[in-house]
Amino acid sequence: MNIVVPVKLVPDLVEELEIDDGGTALDTTWLRFILNEVDEHALEQALLLKESLSGTVSVISLDGEGVDDVLFASSAKGVDRLIKLTGVDYGVNVNNHAMARFYATTVRILEPDLVLVGVQAHNDLDGSLGPLLAEYVGMPYVGYVSGIAPINGRCRVRKEYPGGLIAEMDVEMPAVLGVQAAESPPRYVAISRIRQAMKTAAVDEQAAPDLDTTGGPMVDSMFKPETAERATMITGDEDEVAGRIVDLLRELGKA
Amino acid sequence: MSQDIHVIVEHLRGQVADITYVAVAAARRLATGTGGGVAAVLLGHDGETLAGDLAADRVVYIDDPALADFNPEHYNVILADLIGGDPPRCVLFGDTSMGAEVAGVLSARLSMPLVSRCRSVDAANGRLRFISQICGGKILVEGDIPEPNALITMVPGGYKPEQGRGETAPEVTRTSVSPLGSGRVAFAGYQEPKAEDIDISTTPILVAIGRGIANEDNVELAEELAETLGGAVCASRPVVDQGWLPTTRMVGKSGKRVKPDVYLALGISGAPEHVEGMSDSDLTIAVNTDPEAPIFDVAQYGSEVDLLDLLPVLIERVRAAKGG
Amino acid sequence: MMAAPAMEAADAAGFTDSFSLSLEEVEEGRRIRACLQCAACSGICPFGYLMDFPPHKMISAMRAGMFEKVMGVDSLWLCVSCYACAQICPAQIPLTNGLMTRAKEEMLLTGSIPAELQEALENSQRYGNALGEPPRRRADWAMDIEPAVPILSKIKRPVEVLWFVGDYASYHPRGRQASQALARVLNRLDVDYGILGPEENSDGDSQRLAGETGLFEMLAEKNARAFGKYEFEEILTTDPHAFNALKNEYPALGISYPVAHYSQFLAGRLDRLQPLLTREIPARVAFHDPCYLGRANGIYEDPRRLLTAVPGVELVEMLHTRETSICCGGGGGGMWLDGFRWEKAHFRLSEIRVQEAIDVRADILAVTCPYEMPRFEDATKTVTGAKHLVVKDIAELLVDSLIEQG
Repeated sequence: MNIVVPVKLVPDLVEELEIDDGGTALDTTWLRFILNEVDEHALEQALLLKESLSGTVSVISLDGEGVDDVLFASSAKGVDRLIKLTGVDYGVNVNNHAMARFYATTVRILEPDLVLVGVQAHNDLDGSLGPLLAEYVGMPYVGYVSGIAPINGRCRVRKEYPGGLIAEMDVEMPAVLGVQAAESPPRYVAISRIRQAMKTAAVDEQAAPDLDTTGGPMVDSMFKPETAERATMITGDEDEVAGRIVDLLRELGKA
Repeated sequence: MSQDIHVIVEHLRGQVADITYVAVAAARRLATGTGGGVAAVLLGHDGETLAGDLAADRVVYIDDPALADFNPEHYNVILADLIGGDPPRCVLFGDTSMGAEVAGVLSARLSMPLVSRCRSVDAANGRLRFISQICGGKILVEGDIPEPNALITMVPGGYKPEQGRGETAPEVTRTSVSPLGSGRVAFAGYQEPKAEDIDISTTPILVAIGRGIANEDNVELAEELAETLGGAVCASRPVVDQGWLPTTRMVGKSGKRVKPDVYLALGISGAPEHVEGMSDSDLTIAVNTDPEAPIFDVAQYGSEVDLLDLLPVLIERVRAAKGG
Repeated sequence: MMAAPAMEAADAAGFTDSFSLSLEEVEEGRRIRACLQCAACSGICPFGYLMDFPPHKMISAMRAGMFEKVMGVDSLWLCVSCYACAQICPAQIPLTNGLMTRAKEEMLLTGSIPAELQEALENSQRYGNALGEPPRRRADWAMDIEPAVPILSKIKRPVEVLWFVGDYASYHPRGRQASQALARVLNRLDVDYGILGPEENSDGDSQRLAGETGLFEMLAEKNARAFGKYEFEEILTTDPHAFNALKNEYPALGISYPVAHYSQFLAGRLDRLQPLLTREIPARVAFHDPCYLGRANGIYEDPRRLLTAVPGVELVEMLHTRETSICCGGGGGGMWLDGFRWEKAHFRLSEIRVQEAIDVRADILAVTCPYEMPRFEDATKTVTGAKHLVVKDIAELLVDSLIEQG
């Protein structure tokens, strides 16, 4: 089983986000890029499949701050091949359509049995990576997957719906699957192992094709929602309070 | 090319998702700008009436036994035909386990731009605009909805579902499709969620109880509320220490970290060890008789009423809302 | 048919051997040979009765060539690295550093660790603090202090004292209050000090004691780079764990500076401090000896000298005190294993201490380690009859007693 995991680095939300002077993008001065949280699960799922069925796992990433750390940590966890597409950086104007086109070129060459991606990322503005990539390489796509069992050229996957209902689907391989959660939580890798990987693992650097962002919207204004410092207090007796709470829930489609 | 707005109806086991009503509300707003109509596109089997209360001008209904349950491949094939043949100005989906993957594939297949995480739309001075929320809701972005056609996936928050509910059932047109063959994706069945494995870290609605719940009998009231809302009960440490709920339901530093859409904190003071586990919740509503309780620094809404007075009333109200 | 198990045993013994040999690479590890199997270590261990392999059983498993069995269970994560075993061992085996920490290291290399601990380690790696707080906001606690707390990158001048604040004292709401108190005391004494602010990283000692040596080294290197940028004479720490790291562990990495815990530092200036302590605090005060000030570093008197310098304070000693003090539960990664511990033990060590404070009718439980305040305050909510007990950092008590300035 040969698996490719194309990853996406996203802005870390731990530090406060700031908007640059142009008003249409995040200020990258203090921005830290980290591996998209569900990509960690996609990677873990790939490693679990490799361990049970043998095969190889390759990780592909664009270039940018923090990418080498992600690649070496993946290697320390057991990834066989590290590929970095140079000449294009997460911090710059790359949308998911462009990223899917880049990764499609590499995936076509690698001819994997499975492509596992994180099902979404918090800064997706033109759809998520998985379905775009699947269509560009002509493979079927199923997302929100939390369990993968390959049998005879197909995968039985568990697809999650809101509310906890799970649908089982059979997907013909090769396929692209959008992973929501790996079957076990992403493993820890000791720093000593990562440092070892830095010395021994090779990163295969490949020049990225030309950037093509067609398919995503243009942003002409970026701003922060207004947030209250403290809770807005709902006054009145329990009847009035209950009424207001139900209103709030209805606004979110929860009641 | 049409100036209509299409909404792809999302439904699961006979129930239309709230996000579809939200999308219809957005579609109505867009239609005022384009001068076109709103069409709900419903793919199903024996489900013609499902779209009856949508505030759409018409329903395009496609029936096939293979459409009884969601299969992304069938949706891709049918919608590529329908949308590609006569592209509407915009096609709206839910940004969900169903809508997001269909919209993504169609964007690539039809070379039609896609705007995701859309919270609200606007139509003024001949321009159609979107506002999307990214970075966990910390950032909003605004721009023109791409010309001449665009796919849009909607997130909740910008419209109330009732804004997408209509008085009269829209006219239904049945459209036939070429037979759906066995493709590369096959639906195999459902697995019911088991009550004992509720994972509060992925539950979208949490009713959280703290010391203020006072005694074990009241936990049942909280359970009842959670059940009515379709969520789960979780707790701060003192409740779990008492043995009133299992450890798997504990939120906080020594419990689980949760990020639900709604966190209803009842009788929780909001010690840092608890807040650490729930501060990523999208909406927190706190009920605590102590006006100084730190939970009010984290919550967006708060009330000082006694939760034991509130619970029975709230259960009734939610039940009424769900029923109506 | 019999061959397979025999092979397995041989392989397993191979692991045991390589592990034993790795222990013996250092002097402290070689002392393990001197073990008497008296089980005092396991008896005094606060979680010994819950561990499948408390220290003496771990050593006997190793002697039997069966250390893989120790690696097969997770109860090792109950160890709070409190030095109680090392303290009591008649053969003077440095069990905490020489055995328990090394065993955790082996366990961690397998990648199987409790999720809470994993998160703290990943946070430490990514943000330089175990809490996962933004590094840029590390000095936010000092914002409202007047005169301003000097941040070295801003003042651009040498200072006498570099105050190493630490994770919990920088970010935890309760720790921040104690840091603000200590800043006020330092200001009143006109100490020439500065902090690193966002350039400071976790001291890494608890990560090391949880088995993550590589992370400890990485954090130490980052701190060393920050130290190297500034001129100062000595380092002052809020946290006994940071004190322990700087005093006993950093020098082996070539990072060597004079260091003092703040209780030592202030006790050394008591001649100037005492006259300022005029407001009376009429209370019975019990002092909890932190593991890494007391047992690990032998400092018992300085905190007590500070407490008794406060007029009105009547110092009372709990049942377990000084060398026999019981860990608050936060050591050795315990700060990040509360859920795991609760599952295994269904009680908290902090509750024992709070009970002991009530038993001696204390009004105040005084602490001097940032791990302790939230743990003990939490325990006062669950221990019967503890509602009145106030938990205070020594720095907070000193501020309470200081006369108003001007």
